[in-house]
Order: sequence, then structure tokens, then C-alpha cells
Amino acid sequence: MAVAGEARLPAGSASGGWLARVPPALWVLALLALLMPAFANNFILFQVFGWTFILGMIALSLMFLAGYGGMVSLIQMTVAGLAGYLVAILGPSGTEQVSLGLPWWINIPAAVLIATFFGTLVGALAVRTEGIYTIMITLAIAAAFFYFTRQNYTIFNGYSGFSLVVPPQLFGIDWRQPVAFYYLTLGCALLSYAAVVYVARSPFGLALQGVRDNARRMAALGYNVVWHRILAYGFAAVIASFGGILLVWQNAQIAPGTAGLPAVIDILVIAVVGGLRHPVGPFIGAFIYVLLSSFAPDILQALGLAPDRFKLIVGIGFLAVVYFSPDGVLGLWERAMARRRNRTDPLTGLPR
Amino acid sequence: MRRSFLAAAAAIALAMPGAALAQETIKIGILVALEGAFSEGGRDGVRGVELALRQVNNTAGGRRIETIVAPTDTRPDTAVRQARKLIEQDGVDFVIGPLSGSEGIAIRDYAKTVPDKTFINGSSGALETTWVDPAPNFFRFHTDGAQWGVGLGQYVVEQKRWRRIATVSADYSFGYTNFLGFAVDFCRAGGDIVRRFWVPLGASDYAGVIAQLPDDVDAIYLGLGGTDAINFLNQYAQAGAQMNFIGGTIMADQTVLTSRGRAKDLLIGTPTSGMISDENPDAAWTAYVAAYRGAFPEGQRFPSPTIFATGYHIATLAAIKALNDVSGDLSGGQRRFQQALATMELDTPLGKIKLDQNRQAIGPVFVNEVTARADGSLFNRMVKRADNVTQTLGLTPEQFRALGLPSRDNPDCARLRAGR
Repeated sequence: MAVAGEARLPAGSASGGWLARVPPALWVLALLALLMPAFANNFILFQVFGWTFILGMIALSLMFLAGYGGMVSLIQMTVAGLAGYLVAILGPSGTEQVSLGLPWWINIPAAVLIATFFGTLVGALAVRTEGIYTIMITLAIAAAFFYFTRQNYTIFNGYSGFSLVVPPQLFGIDWRQPVAFYYLTLGCALLSYAAVVYVARSPFGLALQGVRDNARRMAALGYNVVWHRILAYGFAAVIASFGGILLVWQNAQIAPGTAGLPAVIDILVIAVVGGLRHPVGPFIGAFIYVLLSSFAPDILQALGLAPDRFKLIVGIGFLAVVYFSPDGVLGLWERAMARRRNRTDPLTGLPR
Repeated sequence: MRRSFLAAAAAIALAMPGAALAQETIKIGILVALEGAFSEGGRDGVRGVELALRQVNNTAGGRRIETIVAPTDTRPDTAVRQARKLIEQDGVDFVIGPLSGSEGIAIRDYAKTVPDKTFINGSSGALETTWVDPAPNFFRFHTDGAQWGVGLGQYVVEQKRWRRIATVSADYSFGYTNFLGFAVDFCRAGGDIVRRFWVPLGASDYAGVIAQLPDDVDAIYLGLGGTDAINFLNQYAQAGAQMNFIGGTIMADQTVLTSRGRAKDLLIGTPTSGMISDENPDAAWTAYVAAYRGAFPEGQRFPSPTIFATGYHIATLAAIKALNDVSGDLSGGQRRFQQALATMELDTPLGKIKLDQNRQAIGPVFVNEVTARADGSLFNRMVKRADNVTQTLGLTPEQFRALGLPSRDNPDCARLRAGR
């Protein structure tokens, strides 16, 4: 196994080898991402990419649970929503009668901690179930959270929620300016991506994948199946929490609809369309989702149709992806690669 | 659509002197809910804009006008996203919209970040949008949800002699706001509210509330809307009770009055109030209704324009008039355009409308009574109009501010009755 071999390499050559193994396409992509502000306008930076990275992070937390843990959890958007709410409740916002106005170095860690605790708690409940029952229990809690926030006025300020929730002015930078926000979300997305890749290859991640493939055998080998699953929920909740905080900063407001059932389903759609096999999938899915939901009305208008049927384009787009590739866009890519490899006959070396 | 704009523009370009030829097109963004509970209303809003633009051949201030629609789902975050797309990506000159209350508040905050662009509200009716920390580039040419209650309170006290009431209203911002307008008027006219019930939006079981409704009142105010209103009426009818009703603005609108079933018949004789009256005999209104019916084939429109069509239509009329006043000049951060909007007195299908210092409309509000036609269908018969209703509901700004923002406990009826 590649992972085991890598671990045995001496420390010095490990970093060089690691850098050398990064495919050139990724270098180009990284350079492109870093230089994006030079040629993209504010809308593309803030709205298209900012939103892609945020949704990608929340969907990544679902991908981690579903892809490596075999648990389809619909609670991730709710965890993100709770973290966003907590930043608004503990920190400063335009809703002064509720918000406590604590400084950022208290409210952000507190929001992440509480939301992570919530996500872990839901995980502890959900891991006792399998398959469709996991989906049902997490969906039920997500729905309960939505209705609770809509009707509770003392903490969540009900229907109106919180407005004017903006990032703190750290290092003299207004983090809501498009370029700054682009780099902030890019940085957070890269960190979460790296964290997921790292954890997936760690002993914990490998054991989790073992639990996914055969929980009974892992239990027989002496692994605590339940705790591996609960910890996976906890780890996923941390990523979702940061995504939620970025989301509330981007919108500058949060209301029950932010974590409503349509949003919960959107996260599932994003993860599935992108692909659950690799952590890059959710970001691809998020990019497609953002492009479709931003530009579907323009496509219709360009075709001379009424723009009010824009949801049709969004739906057809997703349907097409799922129809042609049940394992998302990533699956399409992998199949294309496999076809290229198979183009020559392995015996004769001649083109087939 | 676009082709007809081009054709119209070409015709105008030929007719205009050379100076106008050099002028660029004006792009208007239409921010409107086309998904969710208000999607039908949203479509009618777009019709309202189209109607106004057709009447001037898509030209104002010597410049051709083009529109771009940005659909929302009534969530404030979607509204801000789409507004940002209109301004940053599509490069529109100004935005007409949004449609619903909490979207309006979110757009007010967004408007402050783009002071060189202008926002003209479509039909969102939250009081806070133009009352709390308003944006200098946000204009609303129709009355807000609180203003829509004015006239009704006085009417039920003086004409109906109903002085003691209980209220059942939806537990969210529009429910509070619409109730506040009615209650201020009602209490100042000498009425008394003995009990207030707040029910969550989208609740389906009203048995608990119906059982608790007091018997010793003259009427019950119902501040529900859509399917909530119909569910309440059905369950009320099943409970066998019979009481006078007073309707909030969305309690007896077209969506409820044209619903199936007999429950809506309970509403016959119910006074209600709002921004428009379907059967307003005013010449400006009848001309507008005729133009609306003529412009869109039956089946692709409502029998008569809704508040959404009317709100968006009036916003477009204001934009056209302001563009004509400044001869299409939007330079210098649109200051002249915004100034023209702020100071104009606009002729609308509803009558004359002007803006106060917060750029909020001072205009007419209509009191209607639900009436059955010979064929059994229901409509709103206009019984009274209150002109020049201000956002402070006839109070001084200080008095109004002292009331506090709309909430479950506002206003204090006894204080208002005592005239304090």
C-alpha cells in the first residue's frame, strides 16, 4: 500500500517526494487560483468562487462522512447554520437586542466548539442507525432546527434572524472586500481539503474506511466501531462550522432559511453531483451548483425563453450529471482516464 | 422579448436627433421572487414592469431601456446574491425590487455598500426597510405593511360599532407590521384589544386557538394569509362558531377569495384594507386595469393586477419619470437621478404619491369589504379610501418611534386610546 510505504521514508526525502508527486495539472490550478484576482471581476471572486469554496467546505464534510464513513448525514448544513447563528448571537450584529457583541477571539472559537459539539451529539444519535435511517434521523433533526430557529425569538430572533454580521477587521483588512474574501475562503477551503486528505490517510481514517467496508470485521479486530463513527461526525462538524461562519460573513446575515430544508438538500446534491469518492468532488459540485444557480436565468434569456423557469435548467443540469455518471463528475473523469489507458492493447501494445 | 426591445429601439433611433444616438442603453435589473410561495405574484410583478415600459416604447430620458430579470426565492440571502449579480456582473444602472419583506431589509443593507447605484422597491412591505437606518439610495413608492392597516381601525369603530376585539395573527414580521397599522388606528379611535393570539406561519392546526377565542367580543381580527387563512376558516367553520371578522391585508386577497370550498364564505361582510382596491372607480385605476388586461392575454395574467404588479409598475413609472426629468443623465454617482426620485410627485394608478424624508411613500390606502357577486364569487368592494397616509400612521415621528418596532406586544392599546 502506498500509504504504508510513504510512512517508512526518511523525513528528509519525504517532503521532496511529496512535492515531486504533485501532478503538474495541480500546480497550474494552484497558480490559477492564486492569480485569479488579476483577471476576474468582483462578482466572480466574491460570489462565484467565494460561494463555491464555502458550499464546497460544507459538502466536503458530508463527503468525508459518506465517502470514508459510509454515513450519509443531512445534518452538515444545520451544523454550519448553527455555527453561523452562534457567531451572530455571541458577536456583534445589527440585531442588538439579542447579540452579545463579544470580540472575535471569543465568538469564533466558541461558535466552532458549540457547533462541533452539536454535530458530534447528532452523530452519537445517528451512528446507532444505518443507511436510510441515518438519512431520516439527521433530516428530522435538521427540520426541527429550522422550525426552532423560526419560532424562537429570545435566542435566534425568529423569522428575521440577524443582519449586519460581518467579519472582524483583522490586520487592518476588511475581509468582506472581494479580493480579501476570495483569499480567505480559498485558504479555508484548502486547509479543510488538506485536513480531509491527511485524516483519510491517517490510521484513524484508514480504520474508518475499514468500518465503512465491513464494520463487523473491524469490531472483531478490536476497533471501537461506534467511537470511530462518532469521531468522524465530530471532525466533519469542525469543517462544516467554519463553512457556516464564512457563509454568514458572505451574506452578512443569517435567517432560518439559510439552514432550511432546501439548503440541506442542496448540500447533498452538491456532494453527489461532484462525487463522493475524492475530497475534490464537493468543490467541483459546488462550482457547478453556483454556476447553474447564478447563470441559469441568463441562459434562458439568451435562448429567448422566459427567465422564470430557471429552476428547470438547474434541475436538468443535475439530472444529466447523475444520469450519465452515478458517481458524479469525478466518476466521468475517472472513466475517461480509464478509457485512455485501455486504448492500447496490453498484450501487443497496438491501438485497439 | 429582446427582439421587440431592439425593434422598438431601432424605430426610436431613426426618429431621434443625432445626440440621442450616442447615448447608451439603460439597463434595469428586476429583482423578483420567481420561486416559492410568491412566484405567481413575482410573475405579476414582472408584468407590471413590462406594462410601464411598453407604454413608453422602452425609452426614457432619450435613452433605450433594457431589462434583466434576477429571480429570488424570497430568502434574504438569495436576494442579496442576485442583487450583487445584477450590479457587479450584469452592470445594471439601477434595480427595481425586491418583492417580499425580509428581502427588502437585506437589500437596504446591501444598498448602502453601493451608493452610486439606485434601488427602487418592488413590493416588499416591511416597515424597517425605510424606517430603521434607511439607505440613501433606496426608494419605496408604495405604502408599507403598517400603512396598509390605516383607515380600517377607524372604519370598524365608527361604521361597524365594533369596539372590543380579539386578534389572531401570524407570528412573523409582516404579521406584526400589518397588525400594528390596524391596531394604532383602531385604538386611537377608541377600540380595545382584549386578547392577542400569535400563530406560527404555516401552522395547520388552529383548534387550540379557536377554542380559546373569547365570546364576549364584537369581532376577531385575522392577520393570516394564503393557505393559513383558508385552514383557519375551515377549522373555524367546523367548530360551528359565528363571529364578525376584520381582515388583515392578506386575509381577504385574491388568493383566499378565489380558493375552493365554502369556508371563504365566512368572510362575506368582512372589512379589510390594503394598498389597492380591485374595484376602485378612480379613472387612473380603471385605465391601468384596462391596459393590464389589454397587454397580456387571459390565462397569462390575473383577472386584475395584484399588489405585486402594482408595486413594480409604480416603481417603474417613478424610474421613467426621473429619467425624463434628468434627460437620462445617470453620471456623477446617479445623484441627480436620485434627487429627482426623492422630490417627485408621481401620478400613479392609485393617485398622487410623494416621498417623505426617508424616501418612503406617502399615499392612499383603501378600505374594502368582502362582498358576494350574484354568481357567488367574492370580491373586495371599496368602502373608503384614506389619502396621504404617512409611515408614522398620522402620529408624529417621535410618538411613532416611542411605540417601538412592530412586535407581539406592540402597540399598547390603552395608551393609544388615552391619546398619549
